[in-house]
Amino acid sequence: MDAIILQILNGLDKGSAYALIALGLTLIFGTLGVVNFAHGALFMLGAFCAVTLNKLLTLSFITIDETQKDFLGNPLKVETPYIEGWFGPEVAGTVIEWSVPLAILFAIPIMILVGLVMERGLIKYFYKRPHADQILVTFGLAIVLQEIIKYFYGANPIPTPAPSAFSGSFDFGALLGFDPGTIIYPYWRLVYFGFAAVVIAGVFAFLRYTTFGMVVRAGMADRETVGLLGINIDKRFTIMFALAACVAGLAGVMYAPINSPNYHMGMDFLVLSFVVVVVGGMGSLGGAVAAGFLLGVLESFASMSQVLNVLPGINQIIIYLVAIIVLLTRPRGLMGRKGVMED
Amino acid sequence: MGILEVQNVNKRFGGLQALDRVNLNVEAGTVHAIIGPNGAGKSTLLNCFVGRLTPDTGSVMFDGKSLLGRKPHEINQHGVSRVFQTPEIFTDLTALENVMIPAFAKRDGAYKLNPFARVAGESEIRDKAEEALKDVQLADKRHQHAGEMSRGDKRRLEMAMCLVQEPKLLLLDEPTAGMARADTNRTIDLLKHIGETRGITKVVIEHDMHVVFSLADKISVLAQGHVIVEDVPENIKGHPKVREAYLGEAQV
Amino acid sequence: MLKLDKKDMRLFIIVALMTILAPFILNPFPEGSGLAQFNAGYPDLMQRFVIFGIFAIGFNILFGLTGYLSFGHAAFLGVGSYAAIWMMKLLTMNVIPAIIASVAIAGVFALVVGFISLRRSGIYFSILTLAFAQMSFAMAYSVLTPITGGETGLQPKVNDPRILDAALAPGATPSAGLFGLEMRDSYELALGNWLFTFNFGYYFAAALMLVAFYTSMRIFRSPFGMMLRGVKSNQQRLNYTGLNSKPYTLAAFVISGMYAGLAGGLLVAMDTQVGPERMFWTASGEVVLMTILGGAGTLIGPVLGAGFIKYMENIISKINESILHQWFYWLPDGLEDLVVGMIYPFIGKGWHLTLGIMFMLVVIFLPGGLVEGGQRIGRWVRGKGRKADATGDKKSTASTPAE
Repeated sequence: MDAIILQILNGLDKGSAYALIALGLTLIFGTLGVVNFAHGALFMLGAFCAVTLNKLLTLSFITIDETQKDFLGNPLKVETPYIEGWFGPEVAGTVIEWSVPLAILFAIPIMILVGLVMERGLIKYFYKRPHADQILVTFGLAIVLQEIIKYFYGANPIPTPAPSAFSGSFDFGALLGFDPGTIIYPYWRLVYFGFAAVVIAGVFAFLRYTTFGMVVRAGMADRETVGLLGINIDKRFTIMFALAACVAGLAGVMYAPINSPNYHMGMDFLVLSFVVVVVGGMGSLGGAVAAGFLLGVLESFASMSQVLNVLPGINQIIIYLVAIIVLLTRPRGLMGRKGVMED
Repeated sequence: MGILEVQNVNKRFGGLQALDRVNLNVEAGTVHAIIGPNGAGKSTLLNCFVGRLTPDTGSVMFDGKSLLGRKPHEINQHGVSRVFQTPEIFTDLTALENVMIPAFAKRDGAYKLNPFARVAGESEIRDKAEEALKDVQLADKRHQHAGEMSRGDKRRLEMAMCLVQEPKLLLLDEPTAGMARADTNRTIDLLKHIGETRGITKVVIEHDMHVVFSLADKISVLAQGHVIVEDVPENIKGHPKVREAYLGEAQV
Repeated sequence: MLKLDKKDMRLFIIVALMTILAPFILNPFPEGSGLAQFNAGYPDLMQRFVIFGIFAIGFNILFGLTGYLSFGHAAFLGVGSYAAIWMMKLLTMNVIPAIIASVAIAGVFALVVGFISLRRSGIYFSILTLAFAQMSFAMAYSVLTPITGGETGLQPKVNDPRILDAALAPGATPSAGLFGLEMRDSYELALGNWLFTFNFGYYFAAALMLVAFYTSMRIFRSPFGMMLRGVKSNQQRLNYTGLNSKPYTLAAFVISGMYAGLAGGLLVAMDTQVGPERMFWTASGEVVLMTILGGAGTLIGPVLGAGFIKYMENIISKINESILHQWFYWLPDGLEDLVVGMIYPFIGKGWHLTLGIMFMLVVIFLPGGLVEGGQRIGRWVRGKGRKADATGDKKSTASTPAE
């Protein structure tokens, strides 16, 4: 029992990332009708927003401390972040420490800007082109984005720690009455899950309770009719693209401490997120979120040693296996609507 | 005993009874028109003939065989060809190729995996296709890409694609919709002409009463999914039930 | 002759001549000159040109004709490679059984994958093929290690059974060959400052590529090929026309899988090794790039695309900063640094960036790929010549479809 709870928890953080990326993919697909293969790159850009903020905050000037000597007897060079010089070590230490959560504020305008530029500058020319062309051009864009990041940040993963307040683990087992230490779960992953839940709830609330959201949902259901009402649906869809980019970016920011960001993390997540979208049902927001968590948890179950003993290697292929089975038995995915992408 | 016999066909979409106990009997070699107000279920009925939809209950017999549950290509191989409301053609291919494909289908069956045969060596198929294009006055446009043709040309191309197969039954879904009067008359002549020489049975859905009364040997009037009258054209004009159906629509 | 029409025959002869004379054509710069690094006439790269040419020609039969975009074709390449290496381990270092096995087994695998994946179309098909390929990759990497050698992959070893071959002398390394001729055998011809290498492996692969190219030409010009184009153009119409599209698309899928298997087998024939990364989805993406870049649905496009990408990968990626400085030494210092700094991100390790940009430009502006680009230039040149007559003859676009 405790092992099962542990696996569910372990699956939640990856599932959260899948769900957030898949949600954005579905929003873009549902509104603009575009299959966006560059969405993983947006996730990656988000993670590098966190890296960049961390680097900016720790930009340092170098002083020479005559009182300390290194092992060669030379005076030691000491790097002091600029902000420490301005605000004193205590404030600066806290700010640097909390750079990842702070990066959320930093990433929102950047990701919105990236999203707007991408949609206005490239994607809008592809509304009427075949899906294959959309896949190909966004695939090219994804390569370009990740190569740019690689050029500036190198090919190696960059560790980006979470605030030390969250560095420990939470003993779930004790809370639920199991033996202490049986179900321990890192705080940050808990934060990530909570964050994802809030973002997802926010997007759904936005779509459900605002006039803007209602128009967008109506547009997703029947673009032409809404266009006939004299509502400028394209402009709203542009904003939705920026929102989806923002969601992917935020997912990336918060994921940075879980997995040190590298330039190809976007592609790794993209392939799986696409599978998630297809399993959930192309065009279904609820389906994308549900399938994201479902597959995340399934993947984590498949990694249990008890399972691996019976079915070696199943953890590597479980998601694809589920996708194949779902697509063959429920062609529209778990919650897909009729008539989406069937021509 | 008709060549196409439709008995008691029902089709529901959610709460909508699209087809309600439809009966239809089409005699071999005749032109049978189906008319009725918008939303009466005409296209739904045609879709049931070609395998796009399966009725909930009832039977559709063609030439002694049931068409229900068969795939579109099987139904076509039985001798049923269809012209669609919006022309369904191979837009990336030339007009000639568009007509050669159905000609191959007629000769070789549902599939023939012959990757090393040569199209250039198929003069018999090519001649047939050119003949069909000539029938619809597209002979001089045979090397044009179908996607670049005018709407009227596309319709006639689709007609040629069906004619080249010499089907036993030709289904026409509004063959003259959106055509100018001159084109409409040409199409009527064409349809009459094939009727005489090849003896093809035709089922026509049409709004244009001029076309219907020029062509039809028999007319079925469909309203709200139900055949309200089936009779020869002379008796359809001024039939109280027909007027009711159309006027009822007009009042809405 | 060869049952090709005049235009196709001319194309085929040009391609054949180019492949035969490739060692000359690809080595235009004398040894030791500053431009010698742009020479591509060395065996390893020439082999890759033709092998990936085969891969792309096969992919084009599926994607170019039917429009079904497979994102998992590298799986068949990998399966072909594993099949070939096992033939070399079990039977003989002669490449004939290896090539036959690679084509056959990749074909059977493609039949299974295609049968399932083709039940869906559009993006669902793409995702299904991707899923199968990623599963194959993951399994080759982990569970199937006894068959695939896991992460390290497989090479022929001295103590393999190789029941058809005589025992190797101790210490000798097995090398692939064809009845006594070895794939790595080369004849070098020095003409003045030029050095031309004629490699047996290259000519073996090139001969197979010509066969593959000829086969694809015949498929394009067959009724079968016409039906495949019908699938791409309007599958529904095809069905209402009395044709069952499933056997056609499946046959196209299997044929393209066999082409991929052949390419995989040839890769093994050249370097006698294989690892699971050959099946990774980026490798599938690469063949998509090649086909699109060259021109999907055209005959020669995939070969051009494959050559182009492999050339970029091998030549552009070798240029480094000091070479750039050599080129621009004649500029004033500050300007030299600026120019080098501007070019640098796009070369060397950054060649993927160049590739990504080019790929986007092609999809946006030249959906027909390099072939369309060539045609446009040709038309422009001809148009200029004709302008003298002041008669704008615009009907010259009526070229043969799917040329």
